[in-house]
Amino acid sequence: MSIDLESFKAMKHELEERRQAGKARRTVIVGMGTCGIAAGAQQVWAALRQELNNRGLPIALKKTGCIGICEREVLVDVVDEEGRWTYGDVTADKVPAIIESHLVNNRRVDEWLLGKVDSPECPYPDMGFYRKQVRRVLVRCGFIDPESIDDYLAWGGYSALVKVLESMTPEQVIEEIERSGLRGRGGAGFPTGLKWRLTRQAPGEIKYVVCNADEGDPGAFMDRSILEGDPHAVLEGMMIAGWAIGAQEGYIYVRAEYPLAIKRLRIAIQQARDYGLLGENVLGTGRRFELKIKEGAGAFVCGEETALLASIEGSRGMPRPRPPFPAQKGLWGRPTNINNVETYANVPAILLHGADWFASLGTERSKGTKVFALTGKVAHTGLVEVPMGMTLREIIFDVGGGIKGGKQFKGVQIGGPSGGCLPADKLDLPIDYDSLTAAGAMMGSGGLVVLDEETCMVDLARFFLNFTQSESCGKCTPCREGTKRMLETLERICEGEGDPDVLERLASLAQTVKDTSLCGLGQTAPNPVLTTIRYFREEYEAHLGEKRCPAKVCRALLEFRILRDACRGCGACKKVCPVEAITGERKEPHEINAALCTRCGACVEACPFDAIVR
Amino acid sequence: MSERNERCWESAEFRDLLRVHANQPESLIEVLQKTQDLLGYLPRPALEAIAQALRVPLAKVYGVATFYSQFHLQPRGKHVIRVCLGTACHVRGGEKILRRLSEVLGIAPGETTPDRKFTLQRVACLGACGLSPVMMVDEVTYGRLSPQRAVELVLKYAAADEQVAES
Repeated sequence: MSIDLESFKAMKHELEERRQAGKARRTVIVGMGTCGIAAGAQQVWAALRQELNNRGLPIALKKTGCIGICEREVLVDVVDEEGRWTYGDVTADKVPAIIESHLVNNRRVDEWLLGKVDSPECPYPDMGFYRKQVRRVLVRCGFIDPESIDDYLAWGGYSALVKVLESMTPEQVIEEIERSGLRGRGGAGFPTGLKWRLTRQAPGEIKYVVCNADEGDPGAFMDRSILEGDPHAVLEGMMIAGWAIGAQEGYIYVRAEYPLAIKRLRIAIQQARDYGLLGENVLGTGRRFELKIKEGAGAFVCGEETALLASIEGSRGMPRPRPPFPAQKGLWGRPTNINNVETYANVPAILLHGADWFASLGTERSKGTKVFALTGKVAHTGLVEVPMGMTLREIIFDVGGGIKGGKQFKGVQIGGPSGGCLPADKLDLPIDYDSLTAAGAMMGSGGLVVLDEETCMVDLARFFLNFTQSESCGKCTPCREGTKRMLETLERICEGEGDPDVLERLASLAQTVKDTSLCGLGQTAPNPVLTTIRYFREEYEAHLGEKRCPAKVCRALLEFRILRDACRGCGACKKVCPVEAITGERKEPHEINAALCTRCGACVEACPFDAIVR
Repeated sequence: MSERNERCWESAEFRDLLRVHANQPESLIEVLQKTQDLLGYLPRPALEAIAQALRVPLAKVYGVATFYSQFHLQPRGKHVIRVCLGTACHVRGGEKILRRLSEVLGIAPGETTPDRKFTLQRVACLGACGLSPVMMVDEVTYGRLSPQRAVELVLKYAAADEQVAES
C-alpha cells in the first residue's frame, strides 16, 4: 500500500474531525508510563476492565503516558460530558467506587479528585505544581495513547512534516531552526540549527541522523517520559532533520534499561512505516527514509556522541578526539547529525508555529522551555516543563512545593554527574545554559535533585565520583586515573581520615582532570567535587577537622545511642541487630555497645518510638 | 528457562541467529544481546561461534562483551534484582535496600545465589526517580520501597517459584 501526501492529509483531517466530534465521549484513561506501572497501573487497569465489563458499561478504556506528577501515580482520568477529571493515588480497590459513583451515578468522588483538566499546556492551573509550567514538548504526554499513531495524528501530529514536504526547502527549514535559537537539550547546548547546517554542508552522498536516547544521568527521566508518552513527536523531529540535512537513514540509540520506551518506539516506527511516513517512497515524494533502533548495552559513556557512534557500529563505546565532529565524519565515517530526544521533540512545533513563537519564551541566549526531572527531597516530585530563565527558587518552591517534611533546604544538584551542587544563595539564579555554566554547574540533560539537611555533600560528591569512576571507559589517563584518585580521597574524607591539605590537592587534581580529559565524561566528572568544595567547604572541614558528619550520613563518623527516656524496651532493635550489639531486659531501656556496633542503622528503622539517635 | 541445556550454544535457535547475522560485524552488540536472551549468559563457546560467524576477531568479541555492563560471562540467577542507586534513590535510602537484600540473600551485589535463583545487582538509574527508592525484578519496576517491602517482594518471587516447582 502506498499513501501519497494528499491521501495522508485527508486521513489526518478525518482523524482530527473525529476527535473534535468525540471529545465528550465517556472514556477512562490510565497513566501507563514506567512511573505509573511501578506504582501499580497494571492492577488498576485490570480492575477497571473487569469492573466496566461486569457492569456492561460501553465506556472506552485507554492508556496514556506520563503527565508529570509522578508522586500521585496511579493516575486515572475520567472523561464525561463536562470535561476530563483526574483521580490521583488510585489503587485497584478504589476502582469500583469511582466507577459506581462517577460513571453510574454521575457523582464525582471529590476526595480522590486531583482536579479537572484545563488545557494540555497547563492541565491543572489551580495546582502549584502546574501553575508556572508551560508544556510545549510534553503537550501530548498524558493525553494521547502513545501506542496509537491515529491519536497522534488526531492531535495535529505530523502536520509539521506535511508542511515541510509541501512548502519548505531544506534551506528554509534550517533557517527556521536557526532563527528559533533552539540549543541542544542533551546538556552542552550547541545551537541545533548550526549543527544541521554543518551536516548539510558536509560533502558526501550518504548522511545519517541519530537520536541520542541514552539517558544515563542518574536522576534524569525526561527523555524516557517523552519516548513513553509521545514517541511519534521524536520520530517526526528526526524525519524533518533527515529531510533538511539530506539523510536517508536514522538511528535511535536507546539505553536497554528503558524496555517500555523501546517497545513503544518499535510500535511507533512500524505504524509510521504502515502509513508511508518511512520507507522507500515517503508519502509519494520519491524520497527514502528509514529509522532503526539500536539498544544500548549498559555503558554511561555511550551518551557521549563519538562513543555512541562507535557503539552503533558494534564496537566498544569509546570516545575519540574531536574534530572531526560527527557533522563531518560520524557514523561509518559519514556526516552525521546527532541530537537528543528532547531536541528532536521540540522541532515539529517550531516549524508549525514558527521560530518567533518558540523564541517568545526564554532568555537572551536560551530560548524555549526545558523539561526537568524534579526529584529528591522535594515535596512534589515529577516531570516539569518550564520556560528557560525561571529561577531555581521558583522551580523548587513554587512548582516543587518546597522541601519534603518541612526540613531545611540545603542545595540542589543539577545536571547529574556532569553538573554541580548549588547552595541556597544560588536559588535566584535563572536557569539557562550560560548562567549555570558560570556557577560551575551545567544544564546537563535536566535532572534536578533537591537536597535537604539530611544529605551529606561530601558523601554526595563521593557518590558521583563512584559513578563516573566506574563508568570511565579507561581510554584517556586523566579520567581513568584521576576519577579513581578523587574517589579514594573522598572515601578517606568520609571515613574521617585525611590531612588538612587534602582539600587543596583534591581541588587541584579535579581541575587537572577537567582541563585534560578526552571527552565530556572526564571533563565534567570533577564538577560535583569542585562545586561542593566551592559552596559547601565547611562540611568538608567538619569531616576533616572535627571528625564529624553534620548531616549524619557518613557511617564511620556516627555513633548510635538509645535515648533512655524514649525507649520502652520493646526489643525490636535487639531483634534486628545483625551483630548482637544491643542488650537490655524487656520493658527496660536498652543499650548499644559501641565497640560491637557496625552502624548499619537497622535498629533506627526498626524502633517504633524514634528512641535511637545518631 | 530454568534448566538450561549444558551445551546450550548448540541449540538450533542460536545457529539461526548466527546465520541471520553472518558476515555482519556491525551487528555484534545485537547478536550478543540476543545470545544472552537465548542462553542466559555468554559462554565462551558461544563467543567463539559468534566471532567466526560475524567475521570479527575473538579478542574484539571479548572486548565488547566485557565493556558493556549488560553482558555476563557467568551464569545468572533466574531472577535478576536491580536495586537503583541513582541520585534520587541514593538520597532517599536506596543503599539501605541493597544492604538488606544482600543480607537476606546472603550474596554481595553482583553475585548470584548458589541455587541460581537470584542475582543481585546495583544499577545507576532506572529513571523512575519520582517514585524513589526503586528496584527492578526482571522487567518489572517497583517503587516507593522500604527495605522491608523490598524483602517481601523478593520472598514473593521465591514463593511463587516453589509453588510452580511443586505443582
